[in-house]
Amino acid sequence: MRLIKLVPDNTNIHFLRWRVPFYIISCLLIAASWGLVLTKGLNYGVDFAGGQEIQATFTKQEEAPIASLRELIGGLGYGEPVIQRFGEANEVSIRSKLPEEAEGNPGAAAQISKQITSAISTAYPDVRIDGVSTVSGKVSGEFREMAIYALGAAMLAISLYIWVRFEWQFGVGALFALFHDVSLTLGLFALFQMEFSLQIIAAILAIIGYSLNDTIVVYDRIREDLKKYRKMPLPELLDMSVNETLARTVMTSATLLVALIPLLIFGPESLFGLVAAITVGIFVGTYSSIYMAAPILIWLGVSGESFIPNESDIDRQERLARERAAKP
Amino acid sequence: MLDFPVWKKVWFWGVALICAALALPSLFSLANAPWPSALPNAQVNLGLDLAGGSHILLEAEKGQVAQQRIENMEESVRARFRAASPRIAIGDISRTNGRLSFMLKDASQVDAARDELVNLTTGAGLTGQRDWDIRVEDGNRFILTPTQEGLDQAVSDAMDSAIEVVRKRIDALGTREPTIIRQGDARIVVQVPGLDDPDALKQLIGQTAKLEFKMVDENAAPNDVANGIAPPGDEIVPYAEGSEVGGVSAIAVKRLGGIKGDQLTNAQQSFEQQTNRPVVSITFNQQGGAKFAELTQQNVGKRFAIILDGKVLSAPSINEPILGGSAQISGSFSVESATQLAIALRSGALPVDLTVVEERTVGPDLGADSIKKGLIAMGVGSLLVIVLMIGSYGRFGIYATAALIINVLMILGIMAQIGTTLTLPGIAGFVLTIGAAVDANVLIYERIREERKRGRRVFTSVENGYKEASRAIYDANITNFIAGVLLFAFGSGPVRGFAVVLIIGLFTSVFTGVAMTRMWVAGWLRAKRPADLTI
Repeated sequence: MRLIKLVPDNTNIHFLRWRVPFYIISCLLIAASWGLVLTKGLNYGVDFAGGQEIQATFTKQEEAPIASLRELIGGLGYGEPVIQRFGEANEVSIRSKLPEEAEGNPGAAAQISKQITSAISTAYPDVRIDGVSTVSGKVSGEFREMAIYALGAAMLAISLYIWVRFEWQFGVGALFALFHDVSLTLGLFALFQMEFSLQIIAAILAIIGYSLNDTIVVYDRIREDLKKYRKMPLPELLDMSVNETLARTVMTSATLLVALIPLLIFGPESLFGLVAAITVGIFVGTYSSIYMAAPILIWLGVSGESFIPNESDIDRQERLARERAAKP
Repeated sequence: MLDFPVWKKVWFWGVALICAALALPSLFSLANAPWPSALPNAQVNLGLDLAGGSHILLEAEKGQVAQQRIENMEESVRARFRAASPRIAIGDISRTNGRLSFMLKDASQVDAARDELVNLTTGAGLTGQRDWDIRVEDGNRFILTPTQEGLDQAVSDAMDSAIEVVRKRIDALGTREPTIIRQGDARIVVQVPGLDDPDALKQLIGQTAKLEFKMVDENAAPNDVANGIAPPGDEIVPYAEGSEVGGVSAIAVKRLGGIKGDQLTNAQQSFEQQTNRPVVSITFNQQGGAKFAELTQQNVGKRFAIILDGKVLSAPSINEPILGGSAQISGSFSVESATQLAIALRSGALPVDLTVVEERTVGPDLGADSIKKGLIAMGVGSLLVIVLMIGSYGRFGIYATAALIINVLMILGIMAQIGTTLTLPGIAGFVLTIGAAVDANVLIYERIREERKRGRRVFTSVENGYKEASRAIYDANITNFIAGVLLFAFGSGPVRGFAVVLIIGLFTSVFTGVAMTRMWVAGWLRAKRPADLTI
């Protein structure tokens, strides 16, 4: 039986030759992402903006009357609602943000939500309310604060761990790669104005954990090679390490993707944002483990001296074999 | 490394099979198949987003507790000083700036007053912690300031009794298995699975249900009342919506001398005999009945206002003294609202107003649909992962597949056993775990491939594969664990369900993907002693 190989044996791609242009592009992408987040803003869902999201099914209609719904709810005076198809054609999600003047009033969101649901139920007797999320201004503010703390803490804690396990240069590299992944994911959400909810923060936290897996595999190999080939110039050594682990990097990302993409296609609508964010994060994370995490080691000045030379049994056997082969 | 003594095999298989067996009741339930009740039947709880139901977060206004406490203190001080002998007369009472201050009419009573106050303000706890600071200014002005400890304790007590009241009310609705827990210092989480009418629930638990009877001041000038100017000793109370009489929207009542409606033994919805309109019949307990009798005896021919949560429901005249200890509350009720008020009164008033600050309600249909779609996606995803693994690593891929199946069962079994909740994001967590669990196998197998390419013997290659890959596997799992713990700490409800699956999955995937596959690979190598590996 012939086995599939996503990456051919013995690749020798000079990834690091293009490190400067790629680094510039990556940094530009990070800057562009933050530019988008700051200018266009994230499309906060009810979790972060406050307000309510109502999911409704029109049981006796082929298609939900989106236009007249918009008129009906807009007429209640709480601002223009966002009404989207949600699954089947007769299912909609109706989202409206908390009016600014109501942000300080803890009970306002619940009252507005009740008025909207009863207005819909009166106007369309066949409607079935499938779900209601109501978040007051105070709670949404707490969610925003907590989200920032959680993301920051996760990135820092993981980088610290990498520092302890490897060297400080690797910790900085990991932090930079994570910052890159988080920034680009945020940037995409700002660019496409996809709903940004608590679930997306959960997805980004998961990305922070999983996108680093590839980075760790590459770093682990760099460390191994640094001990083994102490004289090799660093760019050459990094290229070798990346090539040696390329099959792993690609394969581990592939298993995640083939598991997640069906969930994106067949899964429940409410999970779409979360799964989309993780999927994007896996792509970005694979790229960053090669092009962000590795080259930064050159500039931070990693060398074989960073590690206490301790030759493992295998290394010693290999060295002896090389020396024997070198003898005439 | 590849040595597996019998005890180790028994141990591995034992753990795997027991954990996987614990998943069976949940699987049977998902498939709607009957599970023999004699066997252990702990199941994975489905979160409200999958089973349908309401999650409601209520918040109490802490300032209100403080305000209420100062009002109560004023009443206690008045009662205590009235009962003292000689009676201590006070005046110029103010309750501003979160403290109570008053002046003694007779400055020579300072010491007596102080003694009374010290007795009144000693905390109930063993520590003797004072609930109030007592200060005397200018010789005869007393200032009582609540201490932070006393205030915290008061908020805590108020929340405890609020939880009790909420529980009684939800039980009265007949809902099954509500979860009611305190969150932080001033919040209550209420979770009720499968609910037909969440609005009724919210209205019921949001109603403070503080009932008061106060005498109407007939001498107040209607113009002043309409403009919100209260005559001395009075307060202006607005009518409840729909209860206004003849276009009058508020009424002046005497601040003191009324009674509270908290001493009830029963409250029922009934109908008024003449008009057949819905009313609430209440029965006082002995003490409350005596007070009510006294109030009605002294005020025959006058009107009293029935006030609920600061709104006048009605203001009937007292035609004759009511001595039987029962009364009817009339107002503009529907049968539903009268029933609701009856439940609220029976369960007692909330010690503090509760506001709904977050609500998540999911209908049962949407939840069932999510489970179905999630399971389909999980099935397709698993299949693709298995195809990819077996296609890439042959026999070793089959080992990884077996490990993956045991892994999923183990996660489910452990979740059922420790009583965690499977939420909608939890399903995504399962799928993510399926994709990530085989990563350990990928790392090991790729290493074995590499070792073989370098010309190492089969045994050495496999041994080195497991050994050298374990470092990266270990580091990757720790970083995932760090992210998972922060996810758990940050998340509320559904997101937490995601974190739980990921964290349990980290442990089980190391166990199945690394330890168990090593056992199988070692067994095969020993039995067949292959000269070459297809990997």
